[in-house]
Amino acid sequence: MGKIKSLADLRKMKEEVQTKIKLRETSNHPEQVVQVKVGMATCGIASGAKETMKFFIEELEQEAIDAVVTQTGCMGYCYAEPTVEVTLPKKDPVVFGHVDKEKVHEIINSYIKRGELIDGIIPVNFKTIDD
Amino acid sequence: MRTLSEHILDIVQNSVSAGATLIEIIVVENKKKDICSLTINDNGCGMDAETLSRATDPFFTSRKTRKVGLGLPLLKQNAEAAGGSFKLESQPEKGTRLVAVFQRSNFDRPPLGDIWNTLYLMLLSYDKGDLIYSHQTEKGTFSFSFKELKEIVGDVSFQQKEIREGIIEYIKTNLSDIGAR
Repeated sequence: MGKIKSLADLRKMKEEVQTKIKLRETSNHPEQVVQVKVGMATCGIASGAKETMKFFIEELEQEAIDAVVTQTGCMGYCYAEPTVEVTLPKKDPVVFGHVDKEKVHEIINSYIKRGELIDGIIPVNFKTIDD
Repeated sequence: MRTLSEHILDIVQNSVSAGATLIEIIVVENKKKDICSLTINDNGCGMDAETLSRATDPFFTSRKTRKVGLGLPLLKQNAEAAGGSFKLESQPEKGTRLVAVFQRSNFDRPPLGDIWNTLYLMLLSYDKGDLIYSHQTEKGTFSFSFKELKEIVGDVSFQQKEIREGIIEYIKTNLSDIGAR
């Protein structure tokens, strides 16, 4: 496929891949997929949360894990930015601090894939950030 | 904040928390006039005169999780350090308009940064309304809206590899065509 320059190109590409791809998870069963929320307030962005979020998307995709990655506001742990809240299906959310690329690997390999807890968890007693 | 993209990613969240259903980001680069400006308009809840006057005070914030609010003060500081200006206007129930101007050739002007990645990440997170991004240079204007992208992608996930790469390429190609940087 050539360069995507216009919306028409984008539409064509979407139609090409549509047959083999999954439908958007969020609308169907948000509680059955892994949810990753990256803290992206001023403190998070200044600490590189943008790279963390992008890396999460790429890595989860490479590992073929169904996940929804979104951004969220400041959780009040500015000292530990970038912070990431991971919610496994039917589990309570867990917040990780100082999430750089290496930590992303660790979170995916240990926590998301095998459910093992790792260093760097921020103890919290809330349900989820939006509550 | 090292780049204009990071500022945009940060400031737009103010509009999102203000409940805006239409956010407009306009970046204008003009070599002749030696300026680079960032305008953000939203139709959110706006601010009253008192809140507005304190919005660029780093020790003022409307949130409760922490005591400082650095998004706007940092942008103001960066604009003024780069020989530019900063203006914030707001009307309760109507919305807010922010204009940050930088001297384009100034050494302290933050570069545009990877705006394509930034906009893509915003696209994943902002689902309450429409966002329009527009970029003008002497060579032309490129603009697109989240709404039209969402319409094209339909019920396919934005996180799908091909879609992600497609959207980023779309923004990147068009911006480089008008010489944005």
